[in-house]
Amino acid sequence: MDLTYTPEQQAFRAEARAWLEAHVPTATLEHFDATREGFEAHRAWEKTLKSGDWGMLTWPVEYGGRGLDLIQWLIFEEEYYRAGAPGRVNQNGIFLLGPTLIEYGTHAQKQRFLPSMASGKEIWAQAWSEPQAGSDLAGVRATCVADGEDYILNGHKIWSSRAVFADWAFGLFRTPGTERHKGMSLIFFPLDAPGVTVNAIKKINGHVGFAEIFLENVRVPAFNRLGDEGQGWHICMATAGFERGLMLRSPARYQVAAAKLAALWQAHKETADPALEADVVRAHMNAEAYALNIYQTASRLMAGAKIGPEASTNKIFWSELDIHLTQTALSILGPVAELTQDAPDANPVDWIDDHIFALAGPIYAGSNEIQRNIIAERMLGLPR
Amino acid sequence: MDFTLSDEQMMFAETARTLFADSCTPDHWRKMMEAGAAHDDARWASIVETGLSLMLLPESAGGIDLSEIDFTLIAQEAGYVALPEPLVESAGVAAPMLAALAPGHAALADPLATIAIAHPINPFVANADSAAAILLEKEGEAYLVTPDQVTLTAQASIDPFRRLFRVEWDAANATPLGKADWDLALDRAALFNAAMGLGLAQRAVDLAVDYAKERQQFGKPIGSYQAVKHHLASAQVAIEFARPVVMAAAAEIGHRDMQARARVSHAKIVALEAADKAARASIQVHGAMGYSWEVDAHLFLKRALALSRNWGTPAFHRARIAQRLFTQPNGPEQTFARESKNA
Ligand SMILES: Cc1cc2nc3c(=O)[nH]c(=O)nc-3n(C[C@H](O)[C@H](O)[C@H](O)COP(=O)(O)OP(=O)(O)OC[C@H]3O[C@@H](n4cnc5c(N)ncnc54)[C@H](O)[C@@H]3O)c2cc1C
Repeated sequence: MDLTYTPEQQAFRAEARAWLEAHVPTATLEHFDATREGFEAHRAWEKTLKSGDWGMLTWPVEYGGRGLDLIQWLIFEEEYYRAGAPGRVNQNGIFLLGPTLIEYGTHAQKQRFLPSMASGKEIWAQAWSEPQAGSDLAGVRATCVADGEDYILNGHKIWSSRAVFADWAFGLFRTPGTERHKGMSLIFFPLDAPGVTVNAIKKINGHVGFAEIFLENVRVPAFNRLGDEGQGWHICMATAGFERGLMLRSPARYQVAAAKLAALWQAHKETADPALEADVVRAHMNAEAYALNIYQTASRLMAGAKIGPEASTNKIFWSELDIHLTQTALSILGPVAELTQDAPDANPVDWIDDHIFALAGPIYAGSNEIQRNIIAERMLGLPR
Repeated sequence: MDFTLSDEQMMFAETARTLFADSCTPDHWRKMMEAGAAHDDARWASIVETGLSLMLLPESAGGIDLSEIDFTLIAQEAGYVALPEPLVESAGVAAPMLAALAPGHAALADPLATIAIAHPINPFVANADSAAAILLEKEGEAYLVTPDQVTLTAQASIDPFRRLFRVEWDAANATPLGKADWDLALDRAALFNAAMGLGLAQRAVDLAVDYAKERQQFGKPIGSYQAVKHHLASAQVAIEFARPVVMAAAAEIGHRDMQARARVSHAKIVALEAADKAARASIQVHGAMGYSWEVDAHLFLKRALALSRNWGTPAFHRARIAQRLFTQPNGPEQTFARESKNA
């Protein structure tokens, strides 16, 4: 065990910091879920990142990445959040689908999809959930029927983040007549293909962050299927492992928030409830614990281990720490907490928006109840 | 940056695990409880023989000069079996302090001997009666006494294997050893108690998992019910996020700076919270059985209750974290940073 950075890692940090300081937009971009303009501004930022070769660090060079290891990725993420760089609009692609494609895709598929994903040229949405299949994802009803070299897709997807503005979606479809986990395939479709209708759904904050997607006889080449026909469930669980385990929420996000919370406390401690100091310290502890856990996981993966059901513990931990952290900020702010950013007296950090978003954490990427079931059954071995 | 353990470290831990699993089962404790025994001499002899009590001593004091990381793994295993013998306080805290002050001292020459420590942060001294020597503090200086040179008043603990004493002593009857590093003793004790907390927590979960697979209600194993699953899953989450904190604290303790102290305190708080949470979940999952003397869960609860408030209360440790948080730079790039000016 050696918890110090090597000179190479420090040099890498310095390089990332210098580049980010020179390139991170000074004005805050409009949120990518708020408007098409906000979305496109974030796409432009992805292109800038790519131009500096900072788009996808851990992917192989030939597919648009930089071939770096997970510790370097974590260092970059730390610098990224430290610099206050914009949110990654193509996170579904680069953090979830990308690693899955690298593991299960053919060379031709990787060449076709990965570089344009890494550059933000094609932005992806995840189309797994359906009105009748949320937590019970094996209940997916949307179908894929082979027709010559193509598939014909039909069905109704929902809660697809960013699908309103995105270019492509990866979805779960079943061969008619199959049941549950068997017979599902993971298939990619362009969101502007004939037969695809995307209807925006407003999120709790009024942004069009979600969509429902109707597919009516949508024709896509069989090339768009990842893995074998019927292997979709298995592959999706691998994607979910990346999502819950590591990639979706790198620790720096919470460490920056915890540092801001400490500053907020110091600015208000003369007037705020003294008992809140314990919560501020707790938020810092949680963010540190999350970072240490992820460094530990990254070290293990680099030593050859695979992500297992313990990934589910991460998802519970970060979602709960996020709510605790933002809730503490609201308590410190007192009556100012409810003000939105349009209000003249609003706090410069949008804690209320962060809190509202944090409330989704225990729901998406598989609800925390489902994660607890996974931990109990697959980590602890309790009966189903 | 490498957060993994070496093969050698894992082998040492495995050795301890096997030794404890064979020699320290609940049956063993129950026999000791009935006999009112504080130590099992045979077990202690095999612990000493395996070198576990010598890990933190320098070679000059007959030790094997390993690191806190190595001993943390052993302390975790000691927690997993709620080891009655004072391995952690004697071999992890007191003996290394004595070795630093007087490496040739006779109390160190006998490998079977244990040493007790009266740290100013604790009101009572554990295992003072059976120790070959007791380290005492006065104005930062260390003194050594034998139990017969002091007045010991036993204080019964809720944990039957914690033998606590109030110690009255007179510096005139004690051997002065000079200025001692009481802060290091505190940090080591907090770290190793945190490691024991991880072991206690995992054992409490494992006991409950075994029971929940067997016990049937409404025609099914209770472990198939979600409410039961979620109690245990939540405890396991607490363990998973305490473990890397404990390991990081073990790796950093030697820096002796504000960051290292905050990390040790963090480890102490969260590992013993995990132990408390896991033990309470375990009792709940066992139902009335869990509230009975027969079922072992209570021993893990009681040890957790004791260790949580010893070697610094949660409030004490939280204050050390707050000091780091509010006086040092913060943020993601500071996770492993060191401010040597604060050492
Ligand atoms: C912000 C956000 C973004 C999202 N983005 C996407 C996306 O991009 N793509 C996509 O495909 N989906 C997305 N989702 C959908 C998300 O994956 C689902 O909401 C989630 O899986 C839960 O499904 P559901 O909403 O149908 O709830 P339900 O499954 O109906 O569950 C409702 C409640 O019941 C509980 N519950 C259900 N089953 C059980 C059980 N067996 N045991 C205990 N409790 C249970 C749940 O935990 C939950 O609390 C997003 C959701 C949110 C909130």
